[in-house]
Amino acid sequence: MTIVHGAFEGAAQTQDHTRTTAAGHGPSSLFLGTLLPILIAIVWEAAVHFGLADGRLVPPPSRIFATLWELAQSGELLKHVEATSARVALGFVAGTVAGTLAGAIAGYSAMARRIADPTLQGLRAVPSIAWVPLFILWFGIFETSKIILIAVGVFFPIYLGVLGAFLSVDRKIVEVGRAFRLSSAALVGRILLPAIFPAYVIALRGGLGLGWMFVVAAEFMGASEGLGYLLVDGQQVGRPAQIVAAILVFAVLGKLSDWLLSLATAPFLTWEDSFAQRQ
Amino acid sequence: MLEIDGISKRYPNGTVALRGVSLNVDAGEIVAVVGGSGCGKSTLLRLLSGLDHASEGGVRVDGATISAPHPAVGIVFQEPRLLPWLTVEKNVAFGIKDLPRRERKARVAAALERVGLASYARRWPRELSGGQGQRVAIARALVARPSVLLLDEPFSALDAFTRAELQDHLLELWADTRPTLVLVTHDIEEAVVLATRIVVMQPNPGRIAATFDVSLERPRDRLSPAFDDAKRRVLLALDHTLSAKRKPVVIEPPQHRPATQGLGDGNGFYAAQRPAGAA
Repeated sequence: MTIVHGAFEGAAQTQDHTRTTAAGHGPSSLFLGTLLPILIAIVWEAAVHFGLADGRLVPPPSRIFATLWELAQSGELLKHVEATSARVALGFVAGTVAGTLAGAIAGYSAMARRIADPTLQGLRAVPSIAWVPLFILWFGIFETSKIILIAVGVFFPIYLGVLGAFLSVDRKIVEVGRAFRLSSAALVGRILLPAIFPAYVIALRGGLGLGWMFVVAAEFMGASEGLGYLLVDGQQVGRPAQIVAAILVFAVLGKLSDWLLSLATAPFLTWEDSFAQRQ
Repeated sequence: MLEIDGISKRYPNGTVALRGVSLNVDAGEIVAVVGGSGCGKSTLLRLLSGLDHASEGGVRVDGATISAPHPAVGIVFQEPRLLPWLTVEKNVAFGIKDLPRRERKARVAAALERVGLASYARRWPRELSGGQGQRVAIARALVARPSVLLLDEPFSALDAFTRAELQDHLLELWADTRPTLVLVTHDIEEAVVLATRIVVMQPNPGRIAATFDVSLERPRDRLSPAFDDAKRRVLLALDHTLSAKRKPVVIEPPQHRPATQGLGDGNGFYAAQRPAGAA
């Protein structure tokens, strides 16, 4: 964040007021944000402990953490987390590259947009789970079909985000590029891409979120490891604590990856003159 | 050096924005183009900049036909149009990316110094006031050392004090290297302060109604009778272009003159100066 000239008081202010959406949280907002789940956990734990509720189908926090601890101790948790994270990472990268390229081409060229956009919008309307049987036939039951399914899920929000951002770049700023006789490539690199970057980050975060959703669908279609497998396994052997434990791990991983993404992109967005910057 | 040869501009919807405009501008002249809204003055400037193409006729700068933005022609828009993701100095350097680094740095520093914003080099555009932003935009246009600088109502969005300050500033910059300036404005006072020649345009279709040479000595005293006289002559010509469209308003002198000298006094004189046909 030290791109900003240090001596300037306005810039110093934006560094102090880290944005809630990006760089992190102050101690007070961390407290406020965790208050509700902790409260719910305590109430539920007490209710089961004092016999006010039956904890069999909705296990109390203590049993969930015991299950988590057990999984962590045996090294199983790490194995599942690794498998799922690797799938999300690969699918996210593939979907992002494809979505960015397609969005940029459709955004830049009206002809490409007229040819390809209706088809892509049609495909976007297909519930992605509907692809599962087809992908299994095409790519087999193992990793390839899973990663492709995740990539498809990531592709659409990024395609749509990039396309929309390209179309809404201020004509007046593009004209500055034309007035300085930029080539098409330079116009894209020096005007269009920086201009869409804030919207691009939002699209990436949306895509990453969908990546985490699709990995579960992918792992439901037959996996021997991964957090999705833990979910299915928990159902089959009747261990709700394992299911909730896997859900918690999903929540943590999803939030963590989103936070890392925001953190990585925040230094490039200090120039923004936006509502969040002023808060 | 700047030759405008019978240019017309017809938009695809059939509107004729300009018809048969010819004008020769000598090197180092300051030409102010004034006119009511819709008289095609901004269209004229866009044709001179090469951002738009004339339907008929052509524009030449030092013998070279302008069909696209040309390195010898710089432009300053109505708004600063700075790129928000670049610092002030990088914005100024935007159009001279191809120069060697040292030359570029030296030119940017000199230009910022010249517009009085040397200490703002590392700031973001959002941290600038409207007047400062427009000064940066002028610096950005001037670092490329154009022989013709086009200005499209550059100070119209600023308050009266800032506007007067920037007009003086522009004259100082002009005195340095004496580029040819073509300035579109709807502010007659601005035209008289700056211009060596004033071109009055009239609408439907846009064409030149009258031209005036302004031979007032510099620095021009905005309060001198000669300045007032020049202003009034331009105003009369402008009024003439509009009188075809609307009924003239005749301001009656007050029946009982107030004891103190009021601004209303001028109105009686102004009404008396109207062309014979108008009243």
